[in-house]
Amino acid sequence: MSADSTAQQGGPSLDAAERLVAELPPAPAVWCSDLHKRYRRRTAVDGVSLTVGRGEVVGLLGPNGAGKTTVIKILLGLVRPGAGDVLLLGRPARDPYARARVGYLPELFRYQPWLTAAEVLALHVRLAGVAVPPRERLECLAAVGLADRAGDRVGGFSKGMQQRLGLAVALVARPELIVLDEPTSALDPIGRADVRDLLLSLKDRGVAVLLNSHLIGEVERVCDRVVILDKGQVAASGTLEELLGRRELRLRLDGVSAEAEARLAAAGRLTRSGSSFTVTLPADQDTTTVPDLVADLVGLGVRVHTVEPVRISLEERLLDILRDGQSGDSR
Amino acid sequence: MTARTMLTIAALTVKEASRRRVLRALAGLTILLLALSAWGFSRIVAEFGTLTSGEAKLAASVVLNLVMFGLSLIATLGTAFLAGPTLSGEIESGTALAVLARPIRRSAVLVGKWLGLVAFGSGFVVLAALAQCLVVWATVGYWPPRLAVGLGLLAAQVTVLLTLGLLLSTVISPMASGIMAIGLFCATWIAGVVGNFGNALGNESVAHVGTVSQILLPTDGLWRGAMNAFQDPTLRGQFSEAFSGNPFLSEAPLTIAYLAWTGLWAALVLGLAAVAFQRRDL
Repeated sequence: MSADSTAQQGGPSLDAAERLVAELPPAPAVWCSDLHKRYRRRTAVDGVSLTVGRGEVVGLLGPNGAGKTTVIKILLGLVRPGAGDVLLLGRPARDPYARARVGYLPELFRYQPWLTAAEVLALHVRLAGVAVPPRERLECLAAVGLADRAGDRVGGFSKGMQQRLGLAVALVARPELIVLDEPTSALDPIGRADVRDLLLSLKDRGVAVLLNSHLIGEVERVCDRVVILDKGQVAASGTLEELLGRRELRLRLDGVSAEAEARLAAAGRLTRSGSSFTVTLPADQDTTTVPDLVADLVGLGVRVHTVEPVRISLEERLLDILRDGQSGDSR
Repeated sequence: MTARTMLTIAALTVKEASRRRVLRALAGLTILLLALSAWGFSRIVAEFGTLTSGEAKLAASVVLNLVMFGLSLIATLGTAFLAGPTLSGEIESGTALAVLARPIRRSAVLVGKWLGLVAFGSGFVVLAALAQCLVVWATVGYWPPRLAVGLGLLAAQVTVLLTLGLLLSTVISPMASGIMAIGLFCATWIAGVVGNFGNALGNESVAHVGTVSQILLPTDGLWRGAMNAFQDPTLRGQFSEAFSGNPFLSEAPLTIAYLAWTGLWAALVLGLAAVAFQRRDL
């Protein structure tokens, strides 16, 4: 076969390959697989894999020392993993340019005290290699409530103001992924509400967010998915519906026979305290489960005083998962 | 992109040095030293009016080298204490986290810092030394024969010490790295003086102390080269006994081989600092 004919054949097949690649869905904002990290004899991260889709807001939860900040630092190339792979916006994280469209607010946030707020943003824009006009940078400062402090030195800022500046730094270089490590730790209640609004607006703009926060309410309100870390491992992960899908049914009953109790236990995990019964219903329950149960109980001669459906909060679920993990260890 | 990162960080480092109090402290100390030396040189002229022109040159050379040593000490102390906090301080405080999460290479940040510190330290020492020479010229009418070489060697001395400070700051705490750099600098100077006495007494093993220390850390070797460039070359023949063991007179200029070794030394230490910084978990 001559070189010409190879080139002629290669032309259309190359086009087809390019089309195929162009039509592929964009790579996830974050993809990491089997991350490990040891600090001397202590294992900080032990086989963590997670994905943050484009435009998705994912919460990272877990107790102190679970390895959340280490995972975040590995993703951003600040800590070298012992093993595992990371892709950021489709590029291997070993390549610094993978972070070109990534914004980051560290847990330990501090910015050059001898620069003004506007100069800090200008520095980060320059380092990111993005052309962002001064007007847009000012808008960024305004979005975090620092519009009137643009010309002030950071050294004179309170901790809360520095954290707001950190948010502006994370936002300024038109990111497609933002990693926020405890973004409200130094903020007052109004500041926290501002951050929540900011996260929702990022979600609307299709910016992916990885949020590490101890404020479970915050996570519950804004996150599409949650990853729970414990002792350096993923203890649970899923959408809020998947994690919180379980509902509880609290009943106050009289005249419960053994047969009626078996009927209650058939509906879900049963706990009893005197005349109070709590049934944990499975995630895949349908709309007839509760009325059928009540009808059957009445049929079995049980006197029904109250029936109260309760949704489990993320906090309860988190504590459940972490306690299960601990009891698993003690066994 | 990497070159732009280096220049951005270099400009940031110069800005940091100029906005921090260290610049004002350096400027204050320098002006004090210059004023004292102007008074001292004017006293040499007033008190020793009977000196021959050769003796006056010798006195001017010794005192000029003494004051230059003070200036180079201020510059090296200043930059070593700037070089330490600039890297390990930023890592400790967390300032480095947001910067290094940008699409930049750590080695580019390190070289940028180095360039900024070299510009600041060399700029300071060259300006201060030049001002000192003008003071000497105005008071005793002495002008160093190879001024440009001397200034270049002083700048190289500052560069060598701040490169060491940068390496230390990638592995140990800010204050410790500054103190260690200064300690090594002083130890090398003392070893140089000891070696000088060894030469004067004809004791080879003592003389080797100076040679070995000048190879391990080239600050003292460069300083002796700078002294040689500032003093009058005719003095060596006239006052050979004054040279033996005098810590503020230098017998010979630097060799090309020694300068090449200094360049290689700086490149090696900077490379080592880049590797240490690259591997460090933040």
